[in-house]
Amino acid sequence: MRNRFADVFYELGQVDPRLCLVVADISPAGSIAKFRTEFPDRFVNTGVAEQVMIGMCAGLSQRGLRPFAYTIATFTLYRPFEFVRDDLCYQNLPVTIVGIGGGVTYSTLGGTHHAQEDIAIATAVPNLSVIAPCDPSEVEAATRWCAEQTRGPVYLRLGKAGEPELTADAPEPWQFGKLRPITRGTDVCILTYGPIAKLAADIAERFRELGQSVSLISAHTLKPLDEDGIVAALKSHQRVVVIEETAPTGSLGHRVKQLAWDSQATCSIDTFCLEDEFIHHYGNHQQLLAAHGLEQGLIADRLGLG
Amino acid sequence: MNQATAPALDADRVRRNDLDAAAARQRCLRYRRRILDISQQVGALHVAPAFSCTEIVDLIYHDLMRWQDAGQSPESPDVFLMSKGHGCMVQYVILEEMGVLSREDIDLYCKPGGRLGAHPDFGVPGIAASTGSLGHGMGIATGMALAERLQKRDGKVYLVLSDGECQEGSTWEAAMMAANLKLDNLIAFVDMNDFSGLERMSEAHPSFHPLAEKFAAFGWETAQVPGHSADAIFAAVGDRKGGAPFVAVCETVKGKGVSYMEHVPIWHYRAPSPEEYRQALDELVEISE
Repeated sequence: MRNRFADVFYELGQVDPRLCLVVADISPAGSIAKFRTEFPDRFVNTGVAEQVMIGMCAGLSQRGLRPFAYTIATFTLYRPFEFVRDDLCYQNLPVTIVGIGGGVTYSTLGGTHHAQEDIAIATAVPNLSVIAPCDPSEVEAATRWCAEQTRGPVYLRLGKAGEPELTADAPEPWQFGKLRPITRGTDVCILTYGPIAKLAADIAERFRELGQSVSLISAHTLKPLDEDGIVAALKSHQRVVVIEETAPTGSLGHRVKQLAWDSQATCSIDTFCLEDEFIHHYGNHQQLLAAHGLEQGLIADRLGLG
Repeated sequence: MNQATAPALDADRVRRNDLDAAAARQRCLRYRRRILDISQQVGALHVAPAFSCTEIVDLIYHDLMRWQDAGQSPESPDVFLMSKGHGCMVQYVILEEMGVLSREDIDLYCKPGGRLGAHPDFGVPGIAASTGSLGHGMGIATGMALAERLQKRDGKVYLVLSDGECQEGSTWEAAMMAANLKLDNLIAFVDMNDFSGLERMSEAHPSFHPLAEKFAAFGWETAQVPGHSADAIFAAVGDRKGGAPFVAVCETVKGKGVSYMEHVPIWHYRAPSPEEYRQALDELVEISE
């Protein structure tokens, strides 16, 4: 995801002189290094200083440029939170803040580097759109949209590296603010977003092995949430499953249950997310997710797919 | 929306003696009296913090900044950013006099149906950024100043800070970046009235001083000037050498011009009673520098 973002940003930056990248002491991955070399004035490293990263983005935007802030998700959103809120969201500026490694991607770096509550925090702020693409192709589509949009600030939540392509055969293109079916079915609907979509795809396959018809849906835009699309999914499937890599409070799962109540849906709903806990467990990303209960076998057991 | 265009001053011509200091003094008396008028309509305002930066803000609007479309659009040649948002009353009354804000705007200050609050909001004509939470202006101004360079424009960013907000770490994050980027189109003024909301800075936080030296250590060009002297501030801006961002640390008096307000912390927030109001008007017929 990180590399696809870099490739697309570099490509867009070659033709749009308004695009700037403001980073806070993060090594430029992939094509970002080329962007830095070719457009040194439009690459700003504020050093270990995230508040000014956000503040500068506001000022650049207010004077006609299209800045992206870019660093690890905790340092994009948490550390400079009041600057994101006041400078970008209250002023409603079209600035994209890119959070690398949303959720617990940076598994071995420990809790200080886990953005496990980022969806709740970001979606709570007025004006802030929240996008979490499920694969590199969605990263590309979302990045292109962010570079052009004028509606306001965006939190673009990315994984890190190595995420597989899941949407190559998706029947519809990526569209901001709309659920995107990856596959269409009639029995079970699985809603997911972000890198954990791969796990959701594996669960979808388990359902199919049992003869179930499955809709696998990328809910890439967490805000504004496609509420009509979710209600339609609740009405058209007997079973809805939400699989996401974020803390329970403020999660998509909670929103789906709320919408189910409001729309008097009759389907069953199973939700899977991170625990509301700092888990002191080291290992790779998958191993830390498993410690939170987000592992294929554990989910399959809870869904009765054994 | 009112559109207003100030005389297109070339800031580079700023030199000693180009300033009509007597006219500036009369304006600043007028602005203070107007703020006191408003204080009799609504209690939610910061009188003393506006009185300490009146001369600085007046100078920016009348003699330094080139602006159009109320100084707000990216096309305006220069920008003024009131980082100490709680001083915005002086900005409002200047914008009223310039026709950018209307009498009705002022009448509806902090009232339902109005658009002016106790802190300035981006989107209101003449307001370049939503401030009020302290420590935000320096970062935004740094981005604005860089944007001018990237777009090959000669715009300048004028920034007014409180001394209290120079306690915010974010101010120094941005001050360091502005100097790293050698943004000599960033011209800042610290309204050093020596009071934060609670108490006297030099007593409660003696290590805060000296301030100009701290900016200098961060790579800024600095000057320290009497902050109620338009002549002195104007001259300091005109004398800057360039090559680095510039800050004038302005020695000011919180509540300047009204004897019972000067150096008295309660006037950070409080509005005068009718009797106090009349006394203040009696005093505001002349003002020392």
